[in-house]
Amino acid sequence: MSEILTYLGKDEEYEVYELFFGPNHPGMSGNFSYILTVDGHTIKKVSPDPGLLHRGFEKLVERRLWLQNIALIPRICVPEPDINEMVYSTAIEKLCHIDVPLRASYIRTIVLEMARLSAFLFGFGGIGGTTGLYTASYWSISDRDYLLDLFEWLTGARVYHMYILPGGVRRDLPNGWTEKLKETIDYLQKRLNEYDRLIYNNPLVIKRLKGLGKIEKELAIEYGITGPNLKATGVKYDIRKMVPYAAYDKIDFDIPSQNEGDGLARAIQRREEFQLSLDIIRKALKDIPDGPVRANMPNPLKFKVPKGEVYVKIESARGEHAYYIVSDGGDKPYRMAVRGGSYTAGLILAQKVLVGCRIEDVALWMATMDICPPDFDR
Amino acid sequence: MDYKKKSFFAPFNSLKYLLKDPVTIRYPKENKKTYPEVEGVSPQYRGRHFNDLEKCIGCGTCEDICPTGAIQMVEFDDVKEKNGATKKRPVIDYGRCCFCGFCVDVCTTSSLGMSREYVNNFPTPPEATEDTQGEIISKYFIIRPDLNFSKNQGWITDNNYSWLELKRVVMGIFNPEERSNSFLEIVKGYTKEEAILEARRCVACGLCKDACPIHMDIPEYIMAIFNDDVKESVKEIYKTNPLPEVCGRVCTHKCESVCSLGHRGEPVAIRWLKRYAVDSLPLEEYKNVIANKPIKQAGKSVAIIGGGPAGLSAAYFLSFMGYRITIFEKEAKAGGIARYGIPAYRLPEDALNKDIDFIKSLGVEIKTNTNIDKNMFEKIYKEYDAIIISTGFDLPRSTNLSRNGMENVVGALPFLHDVREFLSNKISDVKITDNVLVIGGGNVAFDCSRSVARLQKMKFGKVKVTQVCLETPDIIPADKEEIEESAEEGVTLIYGMGPKEIILDDKGNIKGLDFMKCESVFDENMRFNPKFNENERLICEATMIIEAIGQAPDYSFIPEEYRSKMKFERGKIVLDENYSTGIEKIFAAGDIVKGPDIVNGIATGLNAAKGVDKLFN
Repeated sequence: MSEILTYLGKDEEYEVYELFFGPNHPGMSGNFSYILTVDGHTIKKVSPDPGLLHRGFEKLVERRLWLQNIALIPRICVPEPDINEMVYSTAIEKLCHIDVPLRASYIRTIVLEMARLSAFLFGFGGIGGTTGLYTASYWSISDRDYLLDLFEWLTGARVYHMYILPGGVRRDLPNGWTEKLKETIDYLQKRLNEYDRLIYNNPLVIKRLKGLGKIEKELAIEYGITGPNLKATGVKYDIRKMVPYAAYDKIDFDIPSQNEGDGLARAIQRREEFQLSLDIIRKALKDIPDGPVRANMPNPLKFKVPKGEVYVKIESARGEHAYYIVSDGGDKPYRMAVRGGSYTAGLILAQKVLVGCRIEDVALWMATMDICPPDFDR
Repeated sequence: MDYKKKSFFAPFNSLKYLLKDPVTIRYPKENKKTYPEVEGVSPQYRGRHFNDLEKCIGCGTCEDICPTGAIQMVEFDDVKEKNGATKKRPVIDYGRCCFCGFCVDVCTTSSLGMSREYVNNFPTPPEATEDTQGEIISKYFIIRPDLNFSKNQGWITDNNYSWLELKRVVMGIFNPEERSNSFLEIVKGYTKEEAILEARRCVACGLCKDACPIHMDIPEYIMAIFNDDVKESVKEIYKTNPLPEVCGRVCTHKCESVCSLGHRGEPVAIRWLKRYAVDSLPLEEYKNVIANKPIKQAGKSVAIIGGGPAGLSAAYFLSFMGYRITIFEKEAKAGGIARYGIPAYRLPEDALNKDIDFIKSLGVEIKTNTNIDKNMFEKIYKEYDAIIISTGFDLPRSTNLSRNGMENVVGALPFLHDVREFLSNKISDVKITDNVLVIGGGNVAFDCSRSVARLQKMKFGKVKVTQVCLETPDIIPADKEEIEESAEEGVTLIYGMGPKEIILDDKGNIKGLDFMKCESVFDENMRFNPKFNENERLICEATMIIEAIGQAPDYSFIPEEYRSKMKFERGKIVLDENYSTGIEKIFAAGDIVKGPDIVNGIATGLNAAKGVDKLFN
């Protein structure tokens, strides 16, 4: 107990302690955590303590061939690994001026939206877990399994797909896969009503989340908050619309948004985007053209990327996920920096917003903000 | 009220889920709902590897691409040796493997695949102690994939999805109408951009290096071309090959026939890349790039009889060892078969001269127009410290059909010799008629028929050449390109016929040739021993016959006292391991030792040079 709770002193009413809140990863130690200074139940000060979760990634890529890195980078984000492959591949395509076949762009869109769905399902479980509705986590994880089955069929693996490559994708859609995906989409659509009943229309959840960690529009923009968290404050900013990639510019869709900017708005924003992803997949499946799935690419062992630097961003389930890549014209990246979706939220905004909250709000705030330590813990 | 009612009835809501199917499945008793017809994991799952050890060539491309360093190429004794393959096979450490399947996507032979097996379980070794358990467990993790799981195929890669560049960069070539009007070189050669693209295809497995008779470091010079460093490339080429301009055009490219990319697609155009490298560096630059100072001073003199590829090669290597070299060449220019056998449209004069000029610039003396007879041989033997004989196969073989002195029946080599002389304006005309028959199925026969086609086009305006060979299309020794290109130039090729008799008209001029069907070319010991069926006949009309059925060596210049001590086998001199003929100071190289082809000539030249050097050290 003494290690996680340090006595600091006493004010007029309460004793003040330093509380070690974390690590936020069940699997390993040495991770990201918050050190909270608590006055009774109220948080006085928050200091994030970045750990050593991803201490080597950016360095490791410098020692591997451009294509070998495809096996490494999905590991930066477990719930939604495909975004890493997409950002990395797009960066290489931009530096090399490679045109991706249209069919590959559509497949990428479908895969990215499937990944987004499985990330949101993870998030449903998070909200369920932190509000005590454990049914939500059982449901969402088992529904996510259907998506993983489809990933396994298409890419050969359940979690780390290594499917999107520079120039296109690794395999064409297998026979019967599209039909099964449609079935799964319809199933998830039906399940969404049940999730509504379980979570979003649940008076308990509404009461608990309303007003939690409210973020104003201006503050969100000032702190560089992106993704659903920003949209929940009323700013309709989505990279899929603003800087379209893959086949998003060919698909017609509207970005939902909320106004309140509190925990409930963020949770509902995610639920709305879940619906949007289902719609985008339906449209993409309808429009997908025939053709090759990969451009003619050089021999991976002698693949050199022209000298230059590029910043590529895409919309992940948590916001702007981006890589900054520098090539010196060699067969390996010269430098790569990763900007995770919840980078500013978890590291900087938390110091401001969490002050004044209660200890039990911290985990819930993290769940509604979708704070993912691998985004910034390096 | 409503709130109370809801609170009371809401828990009953969950009862309906009792009647629903569970989302989870009980593997392995049940199949997944997403692909119910497939048992277990998905159809293209990336599970544990399988490898067809017979099909695998041990190129190591999987090892190169593996992002986790899980694959190691290990040499095994139980792997059968075969041409164009090493005895190494991949061994996979499942403690490191991340099941990305990149090794499968780059496999050059498609022998490696991934199965739908993913459980790697093994009994806990009961005898393990803390010290030994790591070693025992690693036995179960580090394993050589074999065909165990091949029945349960998962992730396999066909040519469509292969990461390798299977198609060659197309080489520019003059169209048949254009090229058959002249003796200009047919192949245009790669541009810089094309060469870099072609060099990029190479996976640097090094199988070519083992197949090449002179073991050129092909991956190294291709890498230099890829890096746009022609100087480095030429430097690398000249380490082993003194005649790259020649080899870059007419080498029999044993390297390309074992190229690992050739298993799935087209092999890397190694020969043309070499040509690109040396063509793009002018001769004046050579001395800045290639070492041209001897590594030692031996202070001895060596005579080389015959200025063909083998002789030039021996001269090149010996001059680096500090020997004084004199080449005796009976023709007006050095080059041997490269000059007087290979037609100019395959090997232009300039290219050959560039190679020879560089060798000359090293201080090698070439005495042309010097025929060696027995007396001269004795004189050289006394004068020089060592002799290398590299006179080649320069006597044409004959079918014995033509009676003595029959006009209009010529051998291949004298004919090609005349064509070369004609092109360099040494003689004013080559004797040729408007209907020519060429006998033979080797590259030399095609050289003859294609030269005839060009001469006929120049002289008569139309082509009428018939070429008849013993072999069937599957065993014809000539290159595929020769067959295709000669057909484009108007040469008619007839397979599977052997000559029986020349038909003469009343005046004794040649009217045609009577052929009989060849049933088999080789006997059961794979020796040349054709069998004919006289009942199946074919008569070809022609007024001139060129016999291109092989060449023979001429050893008449060697005095009897030496020749009687030499051993011969099927026309070739039998040498000891130092390339010595068994007589003091006399070595041999070239076609009279091994071959016939140019790259073997260079290889034997090098070995003879080494033998000479060993004699004095």
